[in-house]
Amino acid sequence: MSLLAGIGFNTIVVMIGVAALGCAAGAAGTFAMLRRKALVSDAVAHGTLPGIAGAFLLAALLGRAPREAAWLMGGAAIAAVLSLAAIEWLARRPRIGHDTATAAVLACGFGLGLALLSVVQTLSVGGQAGLEQLLFGSAAGMLPEEAWLMGGLAVLVLAIIGLVLKELSTVAFDPDFAATIGLPVARLDALVALLCASVVVAALPIAGFVLAVALVVIPPAAARFWSNRAGVVVVLAAAIGSASALAGAALSAILTETPTGPAIVLVAALFFAVSLFFGRARGLLAGGAA
Amino acid sequence: MNEFWTVDFVPLLAASLSALACALVGNLLVLTRRAMAADALSHAVVPGVVIAVALAGVAGSVVVLIGGVASAFAASALVAFLVRAGRVEQGTALGVVFTTFFAFGILVLEWSGLARTGFDVHHVITGYLEGLIWVGPEAGEGGILAMAATLPPVVFELALVLVLVVAILAVFRKELALLAFDPVFARASGLPVGLLEAALLTATALACTAAFKSVGVVLAVATIVCPAATARLLTQRLSTQVALSAAIALGTVLLGYGAAILAPRAVGSALALNAAGTIGAVAGLLLAGTALVRARA
Repeated sequence: MSLLAGIGFNTIVVMIGVAALGCAAGAAGTFAMLRRKALVSDAVAHGTLPGIAGAFLLAALLGRAPREAAWLMGGAAIAAVLSLAAIEWLARRPRIGHDTATAAVLACGFGLGLALLSVVQTLSVGGQAGLEQLLFGSAAGMLPEEAWLMGGLAVLVLAIIGLVLKELSTVAFDPDFAATIGLPVARLDALVALLCASVVVAALPIAGFVLAVALVVIPPAAARFWSNRAGVVVVLAAAIGSASALAGAALSAILTETPTGPAIVLVAALFFAVSLFFGRARGLLAGGAA
Repeated sequence: MNEFWTVDFVPLLAASLSALACALVGNLLVLTRRAMAADALSHAVVPGVVIAVALAGVAGSVVVLIGGVASAFAASALVAFLVRAGRVEQGTALGVVFTTFFAFGILVLEWSGLARTGFDVHHVITGYLEGLIWVGPEAGEGGILAMAATLPPVVFELALVLVLVVAILAVFRKELALLAFDPVFARASGLPVGLLEAALLTATALACTAAFKSVGVVLAVATIVCPAATARLLTQRLSTQVALSAAIALGTVLLGYGAAILAPRAVGSALALNAAGTIGAVAGLLLAGTALVRARA
């Protein structure tokens, strides 16, 4: 109890939010990975910048407090959905394809965001420092309201995954079979994309634009080495995601000059390296088990 | 010198040189479905550059380029290893490797103290074309050479890289074209696929590393992907596509830079937008517009 007293209530709230988010990211990311869409989340994360900068400008124009978390996250969410739609629209052209469409939306969405951000920086309104931090993330400056919002979103994502876990797993591991038994494969894919986008948007304040994708990519990739069963991989990915987010946020709070995003990524990478070698199902030292 | 030469000329020149190198190599990357790999590579050069600069103590062009290319080779070898030995899906392997490399690079940058010596990591991401101011020669020192000697060094770095990229693509143009359009046949006919892949990787890494200091990673990716993809919607011939992509890249830079300067002026404001950002946005708008017009392509 004395230890908890020393940490303080705000820190505990932030830590709970961070852990819940890592958990949701690992779980949602597993299905994106199994459907070979891991990097779409990278485009979505970058694509949120114009939404955030736009929401900030709109808030300033309307005379509202621009750093309200819900306001900025709303802008980010709209931009994330638009990015997903833009990727699908461009990817339908055979000469462009999914890969090029993803990279184009990523780079150009972020470019547009940077242009808007340079307008934001000339305004005489407070809160721009918060936007700068979004590049690499910072759990330290997080307000309890933001942590509640993040944690709430994470719980919602986990609940939805829990509800359709069986269907998502079938589509992920055997899409042909899933289609045969009449599962709405395209809709479930869209659901996975939306879940990942929600997680990435919620992760921006702690992980930043460039590295938010790591939260949905690295934990599932590490978990995959340990099992061939979807349920097990999801639970493990959630656990690794949660541990990475928590340990990374703690490390960045303890060490000086250590932004939160890179710290989380390196902890997750450590989990990945250990799993790569020792994972019991597909690890390099698993003893030739196919 | 008047305002254009002092403030706008070098950013335009730097962005054009970089966009040309990126767009040329982008043609092959887009054809071989490696746009996201290029994005990953552009981030993965960061730790190599940072470590090379920390070890050498100077941020000279050659040091930066060697560090960047070495980092790109390491990242790409690791991705290939994860895909083959670890049976990790390609996109996932890219995601794991580039975020880890980039995170490591950022921490080295922060911890080594380089971050406090003008090596701003924000600029690596966002670009800092605005910083390329040309003071010009002292009064009385005439001649083109004296003028050129006062240009910011990044211009020479970008020009060198453009020459290297063009040379690599020119030397291997037939083989790379075959590899892009028919990799199975290229392999079967005994082409040195490993060497060609290495050449393409080197060219990509050079273009990404050169963009590192002032053009920014994001604009590099935008100019690798968009002009080539736009050109591809307009033609099926590779030679035409390459020429078109170069023209589109230059047009994108002019339009984007113009928008950064003129758009605020149109609404009566004295500020300028982040030019790397507007150029990237214009690259995407041109691609989207072409995709709308050429809906059947």
